[in-house]
Amino acid sequence: MTSASTNDIEFRSVAKRYGSVTAVSDINFAVPKGAFMALLGPSGCGKTTCLRMIGGFEQPSEGTVYISGEAMNGVAAYRRPVNMVFQQYALFPHLDVEQNVSYGLRQMRPRISGAEISRRAQEALEMVRLGGFGKRRIHEMSGGQQQRVALARAIVNKPKVLLLDEPLAALDKKLRTAMQIELQTLQRELGITFVLVTHDQEEALSMSDFVCVMNAGRIVQVGPPQEIYDRPSSLFVADFVGKTNRIEATVDNGGTSILFANGTRFAAPSATMPSVGAATVALRPEAISLKRNGAAGTAALAGTVTHRIFLGSSVEYSVDVDGLGDFLVTADRRALGDGDLVEPGDKVGLAFDPNALHVFPA
Amino acid sequence: MRGFLTAPIGPKTLMKLERMTFMPAATNTKRNLVTAALVAPAAAWLMIFLVLPFIAMLVFAFGERAPEGGYQAAFTFAQFARLPTRAAAFWNTMVLAPVGALLCLLVAYPVAYYLAVKADPRYRLILVSLVVVPFWTSLLVRTYAWMYILGSRGIPNLLSMIGLEDVRLLNTPGAVLLGIVYGYLPLMIMPIYVSLEKLDRRLLEASADLGAKPVSTFFGVTLPLSLPGVMTGVALVTILLLGEYLIPQLLGGGKVFFIGNALVDLFLQSRNWPFGSAIAVTLVAVVVVILMVAMRIAFRVAGTRQVDLV
Repeated sequence: MTSASTNDIEFRSVAKRYGSVTAVSDINFAVPKGAFMALLGPSGCGKTTCLRMIGGFEQPSEGTVYISGEAMNGVAAYRRPVNMVFQQYALFPHLDVEQNVSYGLRQMRPRISGAEISRRAQEALEMVRLGGFGKRRIHEMSGGQQQRVALARAIVNKPKVLLLDEPLAALDKKLRTAMQIELQTLQRELGITFVLVTHDQEEALSMSDFVCVMNAGRIVQVGPPQEIYDRPSSLFVADFVGKTNRIEATVDNGGTSILFANGTRFAAPSATMPSVGAATVALRPEAISLKRNGAAGTAALAGTVTHRIFLGSSVEYSVDVDGLGDFLVTADRRALGDGDLVEPGDKVGLAFDPNALHVFPA
Repeated sequence: MRGFLTAPIGPKTLMKLERMTFMPAATNTKRNLVTAALVAPAAAWLMIFLVLPFIAMLVFAFGERAPEGGYQAAFTFAQFARLPTRAAAFWNTMVLAPVGALLCLLVAYPVAYYLAVKADPRYRLILVSLVVVPFWTSLLVRTYAWMYILGSRGIPNLLSMIGLEDVRLLNTPGAVLLGIVYGYLPLMIMPIYVSLEKLDRRLLEASADLGAKPVSTFFGVTLPLSLPGVMTGVALVTILLLGEYLIPQLLGGGKVFFIGNALVDLFLQSRNWPFGSAIAVTLVAVVVVILMVAMRIAFRVAGTRQVDLV
């Protein structure tokens, strides 16, 4: 039955409609065996619908979802070789931790012996560092611990694919960062394919091998995190993944130069340019360096610092650029060379490599 | 906890409640006064109409019947010694009340399940209110209707047309059970509906995700988590049935009678108040024991606190 497919998950022309409302359409992507894939997008973009179609809680209205090369049309959730870590975990409140973890094992046919079940459950609990917590009640566990129980309950069945629905959303920042590392480690140890749904771009970028950015029910870009960040395919991706400055501009001279709305002209970046006409340019805040007026070097734009947000290792400045409005600039603390912070009200120059400009047709 | 409408609160539960409620010492007195003011009306009501009559009943139970009927002061266990003469009433009550409650449960659970899980949410409220529509008509009238349906001019009459002669339905335990299930069904559906309605659907998805077939999910997740509602319903209906008078009177004739019927007979016909009191006191004792056991079981199976949190 199983084909020699190297993809654990594959979506082919999948659409999902609820009555007249289209949740997702034209979804095509593949997750290679053993990869960590993130479905990233704002709420309501259809990423959870896609995950639920893998889990079997929703059936596609059109197209086919494949798991390990097998078409999953009409296959019930309980017969699919995938397990899910639910948002808010959905742990069984009437069972203790060990009973929660062994729930899947007890469903297996042919039956597994009781001793084997508890051995495997213990193993899974050790893996998420909850050994010795087996007899606890769910409500006696903290949020972070419940998260681990949910993880153990899912991986104990050795699924082909592990689905994670906003698994870290309910945790505080420090715990979230720790769990990001833990999830990555776990994924490498187990060699299981992970599909993560998140609206947090940092989470998607830091953990996954591939990011699939979705918007309004469609996939807008698929690629490795660095590519998504460095070469966003659209203004939406540039905006949603990381911070960005948007500049109104015009492409002219046959596509070889860009004219900003304030009259400043730049050579076009070497990357593919849209045809001549109105365009929106995206520029990352960290691609800009601040120059004190009069300092050596040629600053491309001039402006006045309006706000300063001190973040510890770096500083964010809001700069009012003449004729272009507010710019966000992220600077290293010693960006100006002399170790001083720029004060609000200071006149500064903004310098950047024209190749850092991403130009999108307006 | 809150599912047990009629459950008395034991000392252990009270201690737990006290530990859960944090009160700064300064506002203690004021809060206590407010609490007292809120509790006072109900407490006074219960004192006058429950506790005092119960004490009177206890006193009567150890007394004697006055020659012309009523109560005559004495201290004797004679009334309790005569309990076996009403063994049939006890037996009918102790068997038919729980059996009736369980039959009610069997009919009510699928209805409650349908209402809470399967029904279209748009019509759910209408469907749920339909459950209580029978209460708009008096139980007396509705039970009279059953008397007619089960009586010789009802179903037996129809059966005789197809050659089944002399089928007796009225005045049988079956008729009483039918009346019980019919009359008490809404009281069983409601608590089960409530516990199923607040059941987190994602738990059912999680169960399916872990490989459980729908039947396993029902017995592994749905049923255990609805047990508080089931226990509430069973306890409620059983307790009300232990004091049932109307249904056995009308549908059981003189043949299937409950303790309630024996009590009416003793107090109003033979005017033997002490013996009636002794039977009533025994009944109360039985109810208390059943309740305590039921609560123990419900809490053990469903856990204590987390069921309410779901």
